[in-house]
Amino acid sequence: MSLVREFRLALRLLGRDQRAGELLLIGLALIIAVASVTTVGFFADRVHRALNRQANQLLGADLVAVADRPLPPEFETEARRRGLAVTRMLRFPSMVIRGEKNVLASVKAVAGGYPLRGEVRIADRLYGADRPATDIPARGTAWVDERLFTQLELAIGDVVNLGTAQFRVAAILTHEPDSAIGFINSGPRVYVNESDLAATGLVQTGSRIRYRLQLAGADAGIDAYREWALPRLEPGQRIEGIRDARPEIRSALDRAEKFLNLAALVSVILAAVAIALSARRFLQRHLDGCAMMRCVGASQGLVMRLYLMHFAVMGIVASLLGCTVGVLAQLALSYWLASLASVQLPAPGWLPALHGVATGLALLLGFALPPLAAIGKVPTLRVLRRELGAPRGMGLAGYALAFAVIAGLILWKAHDLELGGLVLGGFVAAMLVAGVVTWLLITLLARVRNRGVAWRFGIANLRRHILGSILQVVALGIGIMALLTLTLIRGDLLKAWQTSLPPHAPNRFIVNIQPDQIRPLAEFFAARGVVRPPVFPMVRGRLIRINERSVASADYVDDRAKRLIDREFNLSWATAMQADNEIVSGRWWEATAARADQFSMENGIAETLGVRIGDVLTFDVAGQRVAGTVTSLRKVDWDSFNVNFFVMAPPGLLERYPASHITSFYLPPGRVDLLNALVQAFPNFLLIDVAQIMAQVQKMMDQVARAVQFVFLFTLLAGLVVLYAAIASTQDERLYQATIMRTLGASRAQITYANLAEFAAIGALSGLLAAAGANALGFILAIKVLNLSYAFNGAVWLVGVGCGTAGIAAAGYLGTRRVLGIAPLQVLQRIA
Amino acid sequence: MRVTALTRQVATGDAQLTILQDVSFEVMPGEAVAIVGVSGSGKSTLLGLLAGLDTPSSGRVQINGHDLYALDEDGRAELRGRMVGFVFQSFQLLPAMTALENVMLPLELAGDLAAREAARAMLDRVGLGGRLHHYPKQLSGGEQQRVAIARAFVTRPALLLADEPTGNLDAATGAQVIDLMFELNHEQRTTLLLVTHDESLSRRCTRVLRLAGGRLENGKNLT
Repeated sequence: MSLVREFRLALRLLGRDQRAGELLLIGLALIIAVASVTTVGFFADRVHRALNRQANQLLGADLVAVADRPLPPEFETEARRRGLAVTRMLRFPSMVIRGEKNVLASVKAVAGGYPLRGEVRIADRLYGADRPATDIPARGTAWVDERLFTQLELAIGDVVNLGTAQFRVAAILTHEPDSAIGFINSGPRVYVNESDLAATGLVQTGSRIRYRLQLAGADAGIDAYREWALPRLEPGQRIEGIRDARPEIRSALDRAEKFLNLAALVSVILAAVAIALSARRFLQRHLDGCAMMRCVGASQGLVMRLYLMHFAVMGIVASLLGCTVGVLAQLALSYWLASLASVQLPAPGWLPALHGVATGLALLLGFALPPLAAIGKVPTLRVLRRELGAPRGMGLAGYALAFAVIAGLILWKAHDLELGGLVLGGFVAAMLVAGVVTWLLITLLARVRNRGVAWRFGIANLRRHILGSILQVVALGIGIMALLTLTLIRGDLLKAWQTSLPPHAPNRFIVNIQPDQIRPLAEFFAARGVVRPPVFPMVRGRLIRINERSVASADYVDDRAKRLIDREFNLSWATAMQADNEIVSGRWWEATAARADQFSMENGIAETLGVRIGDVLTFDVAGQRVAGTVTSLRKVDWDSFNVNFFVMAPPGLLERYPASHITSFYLPPGRVDLLNALVQAFPNFLLIDVAQIMAQVQKMMDQVARAVQFVFLFTLLAGLVVLYAAIASTQDERLYQATIMRTLGASRAQITYANLAEFAAIGALSGLLAAAGANALGFILAIKVLNLSYAFNGAVWLVGVGCGTAGIAAAGYLGTRRVLGIAPLQVLQRIA
Repeated sequence: MRVTALTRQVATGDAQLTILQDVSFEVMPGEAVAIVGVSGSGKSTLLGLLAGLDTPSSGRVQINGHDLYALDEDGRAELRGRMVGFVFQSFQLLPAMTALENVMLPLELAGDLAAREAARAMLDRVGLGGRLHHYPKQLSGGEQQRVAIARAFVTRPALLLADEPTGNLDAATGAQVIDLMFELNHEQRTTLLLVTHDESLSRRCTRVLRLAGGRLENGKNLT
């Protein structure tokens, strides 16, 4: 038979199966599997892009080229040539003068198009309603922020001096999009037009000017530009993208990504279970037909090929349908999210669709192909002796293939070998543990003999196909686990995260405190009833050697490492370690350390720079070399917003170098007066507002939580498909058993009770596993991913077992009710 | 047992197919009656209707004075459990249960508290005392049918219905099973009604009912 004719025959068979409704279930399982995967894919893709963009708003752009001298013009022309949006900004500290008053401010000279991401908001009067700025300041005008406005006692229309130029104050600045950059240098803010800069006479050799070329555009274009620019960077120039952003934002994004990927993984696993159950049913239903085909002359190869085509066609059609459903579902979800959180989600890439189809085909390959192999090998004699060639499970090769597919999908979806390995290992271990526990529990339940015939019958059913029962229990367990995680555990984690941020977490930093101002500052706070914050000394130093090796940014591939080498570290010293730090290796020094030449390093930065315990670091501090051995690595809780240092030394090493001090404190809402008084009393202080940064991080976390919630809704849907597939795959058997029982005199109530007993047992066991799994998942997420402590939730057990028992019993009842409506004789004749 | 004008029709598309037409006969307590006929003559349908496993289009079936189809489905099931035993061609044991549990099942369904002892005794009687805890798939065909016979007789039914009980067995095993069935039939004075193709089986019955095209050829005149 030619391939074309075989293909036609395969299609005809497919059509017949379709008419008989037999393929509906496997097709539905596949469609929903692919739909859930692609919905997750599209949605996660869009949310991820949105999160990236949201985080980019902290930069004011997608990518920024920063330099301490003007960048070569080719940087800008290349960006324009690549179709990226481009604008420039110069930033430098300067005194702003009005009459006799003057304040050190951070000046931003912006060009047209600024900002590329996020928005500048301005108001016409102090504490008045603000609005988004539609343009940059007009020539000859300046926008000043509230602090400067108060400190200089300005009114709109007043004139201030900046260098040798005069500016009319045109608006009050209330929000800027790139407040997070280098916040150590931020002070009161002034925005002016770039074209006015020359007139100020402030741009000269020695000026502390940062030139920022801001870029925005499609991800591919941005990545390509980054590739282009990196090799052209010279000392004093660097590229900053969201990947190089501040550690706290970086870690928030990392978490978001892990969270979403984890949620997607659960759907993938559930999809596999649904496909496996459906494929098994398909196999059982087609063995006779295959034996018959072999009997009338079809070769083993032909039967195999026919069904292979059969499955390939169905797989592609179902996958495409699933993708379509996925696209529509994620659209609906995005609109919902947009209305909730007023987030504009960028359009998704087409890649998730490809991933969806690939996932669908891979699942089909891993879970439908092994039974297919059994179909090909069905003995012809089965036509005469039906007990021959009954499905004997998938065989070792089949399980290996299925496992390989799942493992591949997990590693692929995790985008992270460690996370993928963790999930895969956890999954395998969980499956084994769940399987063994389920087996033990079913065996135990079967021992409870004298509980009536309905109970016996139900449990006997569980025990008969112990593997199938375990599969059902575990699959439903995953579905319920997703539900529990979505509701109870998610709430727990959010609460834990929120309470991990102390209610009075510092929201203001004070930088540039001189040694003789420490006591007056303490008195200032005491006089106003505000808790005196701890003050830390700070010395700036450039890392020049690690052991005998001199360091240069060119030695590192990692952008963050490059930047760290290029810039100066803030070094500090203390006797005791800060409460929110934790030693990961080595030891913190004794109060009376014999040696002062020691360093304690933050473990993330040590990893980035490849520094280990025992390495000797040499810093250039004010032209002198300061060396010390790394004796401990610390984990720092950046979420605390306390003052923290990458590198600390014991007292005695750094005191002789010029130091300023830094502190952070909590400014209660409505106490702007305190800020003004502080600035009046200590005009040299630089005050940094971190409340804004925190608000943005918090908003981001909230969106992540919402995104995960959506993603888990689809996991739940996939779990329900598994339940449906599980019920459907045992439907024939149930019908048969119910018929025999009725023939032997069982009432409908007795059969209903037997079914209820079985499903309730499945539900209770699934609920038990789900509760254990959800608690374990919560624990892992809390400890490993979110760095939070985790309190085991007792309600999860109650809800898991209770809802599992009731829900699965009810669903089982609904799914098997049909069995009671068929006259026993019809069933018996069908079997005979 | 009294069967009166039993008719069963099924709708196939727009035509009515008559499977059984106007079948009437009586069976006395302790009788052994064989129902014979070619394939499609309506034997199995008749047996199913006698057991209340389906509903007739018209006609009546009375067992010990109870009108089977005046009862609802659960009522018929209860009557079956009390009075009717079943032996099938393909045994129809529940694969999830052991031999003992299969035999206990009808007793348990009727709420009998001594089900275990009775079932054990019955399995001893059919020679399977040593295989109580075997599952059906661990038993040979003959053994499975003996379990099925034990299950049918354990409730001491007034009426035993058998549908080709030797159809799936070789001649020697079939003969053993038939012997067993008739022994129990005598011991318990059960009325035996069986559908068969097996000449040796029908010869051992007290009477033979012949079905052809849904009609009884020799029914009324023999009652």
